[in-house]
Amino acid sequence: MKILTGNDLKSGAVTWWDGVQWSLHVEDAVDVGDHADTILAREQAARRVNAAYAIEAVKDADGVRPAHIKDRIRALGPTVRPDLTLKPADPGAGDWVI
Amino acid sequence: MYKYDSYDQAMVDARVEEFRDQVRRRLEGHITEDQFKPLRLMNGLYLQLHAYMLRVAVPYGTLNSAQMRMLGDIADKYDRGYGHFTTRQNIQYNWIKLEDAPDILADLAKVEMHAIQTSGNCIRNTTSDQYAGAVADEVVDPRPYAELIRQWSTFHPEFSFLPRKFKMAVIASDTDRAAMKLHDIGIQIVRDAAGELGAAFYVGGGMGRTPMIAPCINPFVPIDRMITYAEACLRVYNRHGRRDNKYKARIKILVHELGKDEYTRQVEAEFAHLLTQQIEPPLAELERIKAQFAEPPFEVGIADTVDRSDPDFALWVDNNCLPHKQAGYIAATISLKPVGGIPGDASADQIRLMADLARDYSFDELRVTHAQNIVLPHVKKADLYALWQQLEAAGLGTANLDLVGDIIACPGLDYCSLANARSIPVAQKIGQRLAVKQQEIGELKLKISGCINACGHHHAGHIGILGVDKKGTENYQLLLGGCEGADTSLGQITGPGFDEDGIVDAVEKATQFYLSQREEGERFLDTYRRIGMPAFKEAIYG
Repeated sequence: MKILTGNDLKSGAVTWWDGVQWSLHVEDAVDVGDHADTILAREQAARRVNAAYAIEAVKDADGVRPAHIKDRIRALGPTVRPDLTLKPADPGAGDWVI
Repeated sequence: MYKYDSYDQAMVDARVEEFRDQVRRRLEGHITEDQFKPLRLMNGLYLQLHAYMLRVAVPYGTLNSAQMRMLGDIADKYDRGYGHFTTRQNIQYNWIKLEDAPDILADLAKVEMHAIQTSGNCIRNTTSDQYAGAVADEVVDPRPYAELIRQWSTFHPEFSFLPRKFKMAVIASDTDRAAMKLHDIGIQIVRDAAGELGAAFYVGGGMGRTPMIAPCINPFVPIDRMITYAEACLRVYNRHGRRDNKYKARIKILVHELGKDEYTRQVEAEFAHLLTQQIEPPLAELERIKAQFAEPPFEVGIADTVDRSDPDFALWVDNNCLPHKQAGYIAATISLKPVGGIPGDASADQIRLMADLARDYSFDELRVTHAQNIVLPHVKKADLYALWQQLEAAGLGTANLDLVGDIIACPGLDYCSLANARSIPVAQKIGQRLAVKQQEIGELKLKISGCINACGHHHAGHIGILGVDKKGTENYQLLLGGCEGADTSLGQITGPGFDEDGIVDAVEKATQFYLSQREEGERFLDTYRRIGMPAFKEAIYG
């Protein structure tokens, strides 16, 4: 599947296109098919997202998983600071990245 | 240390307000990201993996306690309670909000700091010897000359859009503690036989994807012509640097392609022309700057011994302290490399504590080192134990300077959008694996970069590690034999790369082999240079 990610203009936070708006959680990301360029142009022009781009991902029973480790780190947070990730209470969350 | 005059302060304050307006226009949609990006980068604001990252300049690594305290307060107020000290002697914050950036710059300006020229194709923060003004082996304190370069290079209209970024270092001793020969321009302040000061110019060094050691193009430029000569070096580069190819745009490529002799010929011609233009700053300005780097009021006739009865303290003294030029004093390095920690990171509380300790024990001065540690340059030996106890209680008393646990590591893929692999977890695993052996191993400088840009200085590590992307997975190349300093050398790749656990094993094998082969008094690097790559390669891969 192809999903969209970028950063919030004001906060810089990593966001994912959920079909309607930009979510902080990669599990909300939806397959945009062939519409990536159209969505990105519209959303960036409206300043709802910054530096956005399309990536490959897979969806399975555990949710949406970006294909590249860089985007998995973006999705969760730094592997060396679990306390600063989106799942600070889940000690196994980092395994999903690797 | 240097204090802003009214011109410095006015320039920095004006820049804050200029950037505040630029941020407002970006947030209101009056300018696009493509238009805004070069403006924010000129103020040190990057967009990294998780958020905006702000890189704050620490000129030649020197801070006073008020500045250090402000860095801690910024970490708490605008970031997530910590900062990351870098190999450029700067500090970075990883979780900055764009809307906060102007206020952060305003807070920095209150303590005579900024983030100007910490990015972009301009002359970056000039680095120097972290022990400047404290050690006996320097011919003069190099920082006034670094400050002169800072003033000359800040907002220099001709050099604001160079072919590529430009890094300078200034030292004043034969013991190069600033990796001077691995800079675009490295300057060593020297004295000639008549006792006159001059500047030896090394031009065209660097790391990155094409590492090169800078050749000396002029061993003695009279000190009152240093800026003019630097201007000539930059002019020739600005004229002929490869703007057509980002990967060949650094001055090292130009010097290499022209050849040292031809590059030098052009510089000398430009220098001769510039002398007629009289662009050198007036000597009075240098004297004004030098007066601000006057020696602290050292006490004389005080005790010149340290009570070593506490063995943990004695170990720290042996590892982390350097003799001072003034009897009764010592230069103390605070390691930001606890076992299993993140190299270069310090919490806001730790940063503020270091500020307080500098105020109480080191004439209000701190230095950031290119090895991502902090130095208190002027500590009375009689105060050293009290100082260490406070460091130890705050997790800052690690005794590992220049040992295998004192690892330089870039932020890597955990934070950096350019990285191909994570650096920090590798540093943590190596540090943990070899912690118990590091005293036995002795001096071993290990440096890790998460990509070919070499922010972790892997080319200059006795052991270097380069993270690469191998078909979507992290892979690590091992290098041996790199070194910064007077005998600068570049590391050589051992062979096929390793996965994350494999590189830790490989480093352990290399150190075990060294221990089995070393002769009396040999460091790891000495043994490597004596017996060579094939033997180490066999030990690692065999």
